[in-house]
Amino acid sequence: MKKIIYSVIALSAAAATLLTACGSSDTSDNGDSTENQTEKVTITNVSYDPTRELYAAYNELFAAHWKELKGQDVEITQSHGGSGKQALEVANGLEADVVTLALEYDVNAVRDAGLIEDGWVSEFDKDSSPYTSTIVFLVRKDNPKDIHDWDDIVKEGVGIITPNPKTSGGARWNYLAAWAFAQKQYGDDEEQIKDFMKKLFANVLVLDSGARGATTTFVENGQGDVLLAWENEAYLSIQDHPDEYEIITPSISILAQPSVAVVDSVVDERGTREVATEYLSYLYSDEAQRLAGENYYRPSDPDILNEFSDTFDLDLDLVTIADFGGWDEAQEKHFTDGGIFDQIYEE
Amino acid sequence: MKRSGKRVIPGFGLSMGVTLTMVSLIVIIPLASLVVFSAKLSPADIWAAITRERVLASFKVSFLTALIASLINAVMGVILAWVLVRYDFPLKKLLDGLIELPFAMPTAVAGIALTSLTSDKGLIGQFFSRFGIKIAYTRIGITVALVFIGIPFVVRAVQPVLEKLDPSYEEAAGSMGASGSVIFRRVILPEILPAALTGTGLAFGRCLGEYGSVVFIAGNKPFETEITPLIIMSELQEYDYASASAIALVILAAAFLILFLVNLIQARNSKILGR
Repeated sequence: MKKIIYSVIALSAAAATLLTACGSSDTSDNGDSTENQTEKVTITNVSYDPTRELYAAYNELFAAHWKELKGQDVEITQSHGGSGKQALEVANGLEADVVTLALEYDVNAVRDAGLIEDGWVSEFDKDSSPYTSTIVFLVRKDNPKDIHDWDDIVKEGVGIITPNPKTSGGARWNYLAAWAFAQKQYGDDEEQIKDFMKKLFANVLVLDSGARGATTTFVENGQGDVLLAWENEAYLSIQDHPDEYEIITPSISILAQPSVAVVDSVVDERGTREVATEYLSYLYSDEAQRLAGENYYRPSDPDILNEFSDTFDLDLDLVTIADFGGWDEAQEKHFTDGGIFDQIYEE
Repeated sequence: MKRSGKRVIPGFGLSMGVTLTMVSLIVIIPLASLVVFSAKLSPADIWAAITRERVLASFKVSFLTALIASLINAVMGVILAWVLVRYDFPLKKLLDGLIELPFAMPTAVAGIALTSLTSDKGLIGQFFSRFGIKIAYTRIGITVALVFIGIPFVVRAVQPVLEKLDPSYEEAAGSMGASGSVIFRRVILPEILPAALTGTGLAFGRCLGEYGSVVFIAGNKPFETEITPLIIMSELQEYDYASASAIALVILAAAFLILFLVNLIQARNSKILGR
């Protein structure tokens, strides 16, 4: 028995040395790169699903900008996935210099883990949302079900595809946009609003776990009559299948504000604060704003947004999350266990 | 088997040490942390978390589909193993290798592929939809995905036993006048039953926790096609680790119980068979 105990101790010790050895070699590498400015610097951007194309293009733009500014090469590692899942991973220690997530609530989760300082929302312009989007309808060519607004999709016989608000950041915007429409119709009569939402979700055929999954269900697998989608996702689908779909902009929708933030504890440890901060503030430059527009995100700079008035419906009535009392309140009221979204299904 | 105090093969201490370290690092510590996480809730809260109507409905979906899929796999797996062991045919090696693909394939890829095949616009789904049967986005779809995930467990468990089974027993039984079905029931089945049970038990355990492939094919509608792992994911999305762990513990306990029962049956069987 003694022998066994010794072996366990010896092995654990060996494992521990191995782990620390890996750890220390990592940090010394990083230390070198920050001391020597001409050496290449690497930063990690943890983002959500539909920004893949945007950041692929932006990272090239930024690398050129940083080279000009500091004469240093910069390499950006991208990570994409469901917004909530990504936030969870950063909170659990995935090393990210910056996060560019689907909603404020997810960045707050990283803040609550102690990695981002309070007040990150005001660190960059426009509530740290360099680009915005909104929720639109994607319907099949020639709009066979004659869908023009939210009250058309709750009619009997219309099949809706939307991701699950419980698992997808994007889907929470869908839900709140529908709520905003019902609120405009019924005023403060919450029972009627709930009825409207109940009818809407009774028409939902498939509740995918993420936005990309829902797009696949609608586009590739041909399910449903209308997809509630991010505007940029809808345009990408049109781009890939030009003759099969149409975008319908409803009378009212929500201003979806994806949030960006520097992960303070990571950049301080790695010595990458300067490049990480520049990476996010350069998103507000004219070039980057145009790039966002070309990728079907609405630029937050009003002048550049106007340049894209052919693409985007600028007359759309947009509510914001502030109309719902901010994310914490919206989350508490609608999406927690037993919240209104649960009640819609359980009652 | 003869046992003595002095072992022939040296290194027991070291290898036992490796075993204990691995088991605790990989299995016991993570599982214990699950218990610790859910212990943040009071027993009443845990009970409330796992008896919410929606959670109960998801248990029903998960257990039912896992059970049906495992039963299908038990039958199909034995047949597959039988064919692979007893017959020679071209490309047998290739087919043998293909069985393992579900182990190696990212489950999300499997899920997406199965969904596009079985949706009512897909190759297979089109055929069934003519008879009014929907596969993708129903419980049938979930079962299809779980059959895919579970099949290698049964085949790989039964195969080696069949390989060792001497065909002369069957010939002897046959020459004594036993019919085909009697030979199968009385000669072959008792031999392969423990292995088939183990394989089915493993497949069942795996199916209970399967997330990656099922979310794509399930449709995820609350009360209809929402599986328990998805509920766990949504709890995590709300950063509610405690409820997520509590629900996960139920799944874990069920899987453990099943595997434990399978082991018990197996132990009893091998005693009867005198091995």
